[in-house]
Amino acid sequence: MLLPALTVVAGVVGYPFLRTLYLGFFKAPLLGKTRTFVGLGNYLQAFERPEFRAAVGHTLAFTVGSIGLELILGVAVALFLDRAFVGRRILRALLILPLALPTVVNAVMWRWIYNPEYGALNALLTQTHLLPDYRSWLGAPGIAMAMIVVADVWKNFTLVALLVLAALQTIPVELHDAARVDGAGGVQRLRYITLPGIRPALLVALVLRTVEALKVFDIIYVMTRGGPASSTKTLSFLVYEEAFSFLQLGSAAAYAFLTVALILVFVAVYIRLLQSRGVAG
Amino acid sequence: MTRAAAPRRRRLLAAVLTYVGAVLLAAFLLAPFVWLFISSLAPLADLIQRPLQWIPPHASFDRYRTIFFGADGRDFRFALRNSAEVAGLATSISLVAGMLGAYALSRFPSRGRSGLLYLMLATYMTPPVAILLPLYLILSRVGLLNSVLGLALVYTSFLTPFLTWILKGFFDAIPEELEEAARIDGASRVGSLVRVVLPLSLPGVITAVLFGVILAWDEFLYALIFTSSTAAKTLPVAISEFTSRFAVDYGLMAAGGIVAALPPLILAFALQRYLIAGLTAGSVKG
Repeated sequence: MLLPALTVVAGVVGYPFLRTLYLGFFKAPLLGKTRTFVGLGNYLQAFERPEFRAAVGHTLAFTVGSIGLELILGVAVALFLDRAFVGRRILRALLILPLALPTVVNAVMWRWIYNPEYGALNALLTQTHLLPDYRSWLGAPGIAMAMIVVADVWKNFTLVALLVLAALQTIPVELHDAARVDGAGGVQRLRYITLPGIRPALLVALVLRTVEALKVFDIIYVMTRGGPASSTKTLSFLVYEEAFSFLQLGSAAAYAFLTVALILVFVAVYIRLLQSRGVAG
Repeated sequence: MTRAAAPRRRRLLAAVLTYVGAVLLAAFLLAPFVWLFISSLAPLADLIQRPLQWIPPHASFDRYRTIFFGADGRDFRFALRNSAEVAGLATSISLVAGMLGAYALSRFPSRGRSGLLYLMLATYMTPPVAILLPLYLILSRVGLLNSVLGLALVYTSFLTPFLTWILKGFFDAIPEELEEAARIDGASRVGSLVRVVLPLSLPGVITAVLFGVILAWDEFLYALIFTSSTAAKTLPVAISEFTSRFAVDYGLMAAGGIVAALPPLILAFALQRYLIAGLTAGSVKG
């Protein structure tokens, strides 16, 4: 009965993955039949190419920036919505809006908001006199990545918030009451009851979001195509460009494999974290 | 201030702060999407004037008429159909494979089981770029590039492991004794899965379908690479092109975005309970 699922895993994922590794050993133009074996050439060359190093940097900047903000905002909102007040159900339902919004629609929406000539962000900031004049947000190398991070955080902090909120609601109220009777203050209860209670959910959110962020492609493609001046070019975008703009399948495959290696490093660290803290149930 | 008034005042202050926070959060969540909706209704002249008027004086649903009935909306309508077909096909295949796989993982005790579970998880998390290039070569060799079927098959790569993972959690919650009666009456494993386990885990099946459709509807990179014409291009690809092709009318792009967002939004809001259940299925398992 496992056969259909295993067929998919082996056929649509396992086999192509090994082919990627194999393809990385060749100089292989996309158009054309000739392939030349270059051994580890593509893999070693990657580390020397400034584009690749820059892409690793951009990917890490996007990942650390968006995940840091998503965790902070997500936990804050979850703690807020865990309190009893009229209307919190509506707010919880509203969290679903960004979450279910297709990624490409989210990217198009924010690009329109950031529009240098007609965008809502420029209008808002100039009308409230926070900004003297309209400016370009996605066209400036220094801030384009930060603006993409904001767009990503708006959509994806909701996942963290919903996961953490679900975990918060499994913490018995009696635990807090008992601690309060024993004289524990708000900070102490947060430290010794709330945080241990949400740690498994936080780790799951962290792993899911990290893997997603390290392979980011669609939001970059729609918002900046890796620009301006390649300042938002991430690893997935580099693979795409190497294969389908420069038509170099071999080096693209090597980049792709190194991207997976980077993700594996992160996952391995998280698993160590999980095991050492004894969270796995 | 009397001694009794102080705590009451503090409670009042806390309540006021709570509602200020609630309003700010609601505004933060709603504003970008509301602006997208307003942009889809406002005439272009209103959208590009300075200072920008937030509430357009003349609003109309003309752009939605263009999208659904006009000549400029033709490609978009094809994309809508392709997205629906790809999501439906990919989810159906993955649901069958996932149900059988999840049942096996849930019921047959075996030493390799946790290894298989992690294999499913690893498969789900494999980044598209890791398999993109060989898949492209394979699809082009078997003539499945730019086809709905080809794209749907590729989507099973992430849907099957994810649906298996979700369904296993639901199957685990159904006591095996319930199946025994059916087994004694001569039902096979597949028979008791279909007649006993599935009806009881209907919420699990709904959750799986919900996530299957939303994830397939959302996918972009594979669709961008593997499709090239209206025969198979999906909505995310059409929308990403919208902007370059109709660069002038931001409102049409906004309307397209709204239409593309509606199916997953409606599903997610209507099936909220299942959405949360699916999200947390992973985290409680640990």
